Amino acid sequence: MSDLLEALLRVLVVLVAFLLLPLLVGQAEHKAMAHMQSRVGPMYAGMFHGWAQLVADGVKFVQKEDVVPRDADPAVFRIAPAVALLPYFVVMLVIPLGPGLVGQDLDVGLFFVLAVMGIGVIGTLMGGWSSANKFSLLGGIRVAAQLMAYELPFVLVGASVAMAAGTLSLTGIVEEWQPWWLLWQGIGLVVFFVAGLAELQRPPFDMPVADAEIVFGPYTEYGGLRFALFILAEYAGIVVLSALTAVLFLGGWRGPFEDSLGWLWTLVKTFLVAFVVIWVRVAYPRMREDQLQRLAWQGLVPLALLQLALTAVGVVATA
Amino acid sequence: MSDGYLAGYLPLAVILAVGVLLVVAMFAGNRMLRPAHATHEKLLPYECGVDPVGEGWAQTHVRYYVYAYLYVVFAVDAVFLFPWATVFAGLGWVSVGEMAVFIGFIAVGLLYAWRKGVLTWT
Repeated sequence: MSDLLEALLRVLVVLVAFLLLPLLVGQAEHKAMAHMQSRVGPMYAGMFHGWAQLVADGVKFVQKEDVVPRDADPAVFRIAPAVALLPYFVVMLVIPLGPGLVGQDLDVGLFFVLAVMGIGVIGTLMGGWSSANKFSLLGGIRVAAQLMAYELPFVLVGASVAMAAGTLSLTGIVEEWQPWWLLWQGIGLVVFFVAGLAELQRPPFDMPVADAEIVFGPYTEYGGLRFALFILAEYAGIVVLSALTAVLFLGGWRGPFEDSLGWLWTLVKTFLVAFVVIWVRVAYPRMREDQLQRLAWQGLVPLALLQLALTAVGVVATA
Repeated sequence: MSDGYLAGYLPLAVILAVGVLLVVAMFAGNRMLRPAHATHEKLLPYECGVDPVGEGWAQTHVRYYVYAYLYVVFAVDAVFLFPWATVFAGLGWVSVGEMAVFIGFIAVGLLYAWRKGVLTWT
């Protein structure tokens, strides 16, 4: 029984993080984007620089009507947002903040994370397919094509880190990490980050939701709370991707005073990566569908294979 | 249960249950607060304001199909990488060579697809 209670307590802590961190990233995005574009962003909600804007949005969304289109597949249409959101919640359980500061340290943590993150995209695909709308269908298929193209370099460089550390446990990987890995695994870092951005369909990889050409892609028919869940999934995805990049490639809690301030280092690194995610959105125009596929198959996959070779040679040569 | 290998997965079961509860609670709140005025026009598929033409499930370009094949080939290979990644350091150069041959075969497949023009959009 005490096992169950302890598990419940850990899960509740993860739940708080899951509800809080995406909002922080979302608000940071509002303000950072606004200032990069010489605007001020939300200013009124909550009196001080619009800090409560996303809370107000949530209150609005929860009061909205629930519209399921006439031709849609109602069951799939209804559960799609939950399928998109929950994998990121589950993944957060196994990402370590510090030594021992983790919801659950799995032996196969890295493999588990990569596998579960792929499920989120299926939620988007379900939404696109079940809407019975041409824009949604096109967007959904673009999501699938994008996932298939970018999942591969994503997984390959993940394997590269596992090879370097000799373990699949996320905690174990951080413990093995050395500062010079920044150079050794540098290609992997870039490939992982770019492929992760593409999997989240974040700009410049937001062809599936390209608002100027296919309305809002898979989310065209969604409104109200279901739409809010899809958006929450996007921001939870940013948090998860940033935290994973920090843990796998940037050394997680490693840094000065890591014994007492380790968790802070993980958070700082995570938010730095999240800031780059926001920055990239402002800095780059959207890529065309064929450019997306070319970047993945002719750019990132060969680079990921190169990184694998570098890692394999490095490990055996120094062993 | 508490000392078995699967005990480590108990929090996973709990978090899945909590996650489903979270979504159910959100929609229960939504159900209590939301209006319901479904009209015929509101339930039509959205096609930029005009009446929808034909079916929503339209035919799409077969191009995506080829990418799916490429992906399946590589995904299978990636799965084999992970168990190997944790043990290959002890096995030395021979094991690296074996994996290089394995990945090399698939890389040649990618090169073939590239040369055949599968990767260029027409």
